[in-house]
Amino acid sequence: MNILKFFTAGSVDDGKSTLIGRLLYDTDSILADQLEALQQSNRKNDDGTIDLAILTDGLRAEREQGITIDVAYKYFQTDKRKFIIADTPGHIQYTRNMVTGASTAKLAIILIDARNGVVEQTIRHSYLVSLLGIEHVVVCLNKMDMVGYSETVFTAITDQYKTLAAQLNLKDVNFIPVSALKGDNVVNESENMSWYHGRSLLHFLETVDVETGAESDLARMPVQWVVRPQTDELHDYRGYAGRILSGEFNVNDKVTVLPSGGSSIIERIEIFDQQPATAFAGQSVTLHLKDNIDISRGDVLVNADHLPQSSKLIEADVCWMDARPLDDSITYLLQHNSKVTKCKIREIVYKVDINTLEKQEAHDFKLNDIGRIVLKTADELAFDLYTDNKANGAAILIDSRTNLTAAALMFRAVAD
Amino acid sequence: MSKYNLDYLDELEAEAIHILREVAGQFEKPALLFSGGKDSITLVRLAEKAFRPGKFPFPLVHIDTGHNFEETITYRDEMVQRLGEKLIVGSVQESIDQGKVVEQTGKNASRNALQTVTLLDTIALHGFDACIGGARRDEEKARAKERIFSVRDEFGQWDPKRQRPELWNIYNGRIHKGENVRVFPISNWTELDVWNYIKRENIGLPSIYFAHYRDVITRNGQLMAASPFLNMDEEDIIEHKKVRFRTVGDMSCTAAVESDADQIDIIIEEISASKISERGARMDDKVSEAAMEDRKKGGYF
Repeated sequence: MNILKFFTAGSVDDGKSTLIGRLLYDTDSILADQLEALQQSNRKNDDGTIDLAILTDGLRAEREQGITIDVAYKYFQTDKRKFIIADTPGHIQYTRNMVTGASTAKLAIILIDARNGVVEQTIRHSYLVSLLGIEHVVVCLNKMDMVGYSETVFTAITDQYKTLAAQLNLKDVNFIPVSALKGDNVVNESENMSWYHGRSLLHFLETVDVETGAESDLARMPVQWVVRPQTDELHDYRGYAGRILSGEFNVNDKVTVLPSGGSSIIERIEIFDQQPATAFAGQSVTLHLKDNIDISRGDVLVNADHLPQSSKLIEADVCWMDARPLDDSITYLLQHNSKVTKCKIREIVYKVDINTLEKQEAHDFKLNDIGRIVLKTADELAFDLYTDNKANGAAILIDSRTNLTAAALMFRAVAD
Repeated sequence: MSKYNLDYLDELEAEAIHILREVAGQFEKPALLFSGGKDSITLVRLAEKAFRPGKFPFPLVHIDTGHNFEETITYRDEMVQRLGEKLIVGSVQESIDQGKVVEQTGKNASRNALQTVTLLDTIALHGFDACIGGARRDEEKARAKERIFSVRDEFGQWDPKRQRPELWNIYNGRIHKGENVRVFPISNWTELDVWNYIKRENIGLPSIYFAHYRDVITRNGQLMAASPFLNMDEEDIIEHKKVRFRTVGDMSCTAAVESDADQIDIIIEEISASKISERGARMDDKVSEAAMEDRKKGGYF
């Protein structure tokens, strides 16, 4: 059994929290004491049924305001798969929280209110999905009960969205007509839409192929920690511990250490008491090399035949996440996996109006702004382009005055 | 394109090891908060996988309420012996003796809330900049919102509105002096995942997790172990029942469930079929809808 992480984009008004609540409720994932708390709550639907949306509101302020502010993670499983839902806020002022929830997701659910069709918010959410390179998209046309379960409405909105998806270069886009409130096509197939022959949302989530995805075959492992017991019997033990970002490493592979450029051969791979001949993306391992070369935290081990980009000048897409606006006069810290280096922002190339997708000339960059910048780092960075290898193509900016995470970065090109 | 398929327990394990190694790499003086419960026992196993054959780059820290199940303390001491790692104990009794906290009175008195003060004092005394804990997001809805690296101010407070965005698998552990970070490597595990992992790894647990006969009383609909730490009166009727504990806090706030499950397979079966959440047996969460959120804002685990 494997895990699918997905996130939901949409607002409370679209029925996002209700959809997640429905998914949990109809898969029998809500426990009796939680259900009891739910029944005792004062918040009810107009017809007196339980308001499933309350399930995902974790913070007092969210319950008071009836909105989602921060990402909530929910867990459920069926006999086919385990699921981790990042329930992300849809409002524009919480864009950064949506990006947070989306950054680790393999699939995005985009909610559209069937009464309204594609709206500004749909464009914004879909743009973020495309920016972050989410592999699979499921567009849920919700509130089908409010439009008489009409196939005509469904087809019209689907056509509308397909134009947007093409413009954004979204890859695997799927459409499901649902009513989260009534439960149509969420877990159980709807009896109200005989014209729809596709899968229910849950059935889709259970069967979508997440192994192949866009995972890269470039072997990369940032060194997190050097294991050196320094005991009498393990005097010469020196293991490089890290989690493989992408690709695979085999015993006897030639590897290069970056940024230093030194090379060696993999002598042994350890996963605790196991010594496999191969280790691959996602595994936390300890590698031993034949030669004693200088390697420490922040270095990255790569397959010597497929070297990453190496540069101090990088063009990156950026999502600004801090209340303090971008300041090109200060030095930031850039954290790229285990590597941290000083960094300055050399240029704002453009800002994107995320409601219209227009690129605009810009001189400032504020909270939730998205666009492209050019960075100059103090140390050379060994990275891949985000489109080639997400895991080694992303980084964060840290404001060295406050230590807050100021921005998300996706590397797009080596700048000159 | 390559096809790499990790089983879910392998994926959760690899993620947790990655997080533990980030703690080791990013902080000067981390600590692992060890309660003697199954979640922190799981953390210890994960730390072995992350750092062996080297030593742990942090001590184990136990905040001892003085109201422990004896079985937990026996387990703790044997485990520390086996691992050869350092254990630091922060004592709630000492905090009481020093007048830093005042023991609650009344029938439902518990030392649960007092722990926060002892925890913060222990952090300050040793200068810990990161504390690894076994909290999981599936336990409770405030926890469902918390980051894996959760920054606390100098008073130990969690501010849910000022959480740092946590992107990809990149963790920002930078803090100012006096602040510290609570780190939750098994955030994405469910109760069942923990049990399945314990089974797969063949990890021993304190005996109270398995069904055994014990004197209990019924309090607010919950089965509490009869002990000198519970303020009992003539209304309390002691019964002898076969029970086990699903979570292990101290004796005054952890309720038992009636059970015949004396082996891990049966426990897993029971949990799979159960319709009551694990924290349903925690009196400390019953106070209000935002009980956990409020305690976390005050510096709780």
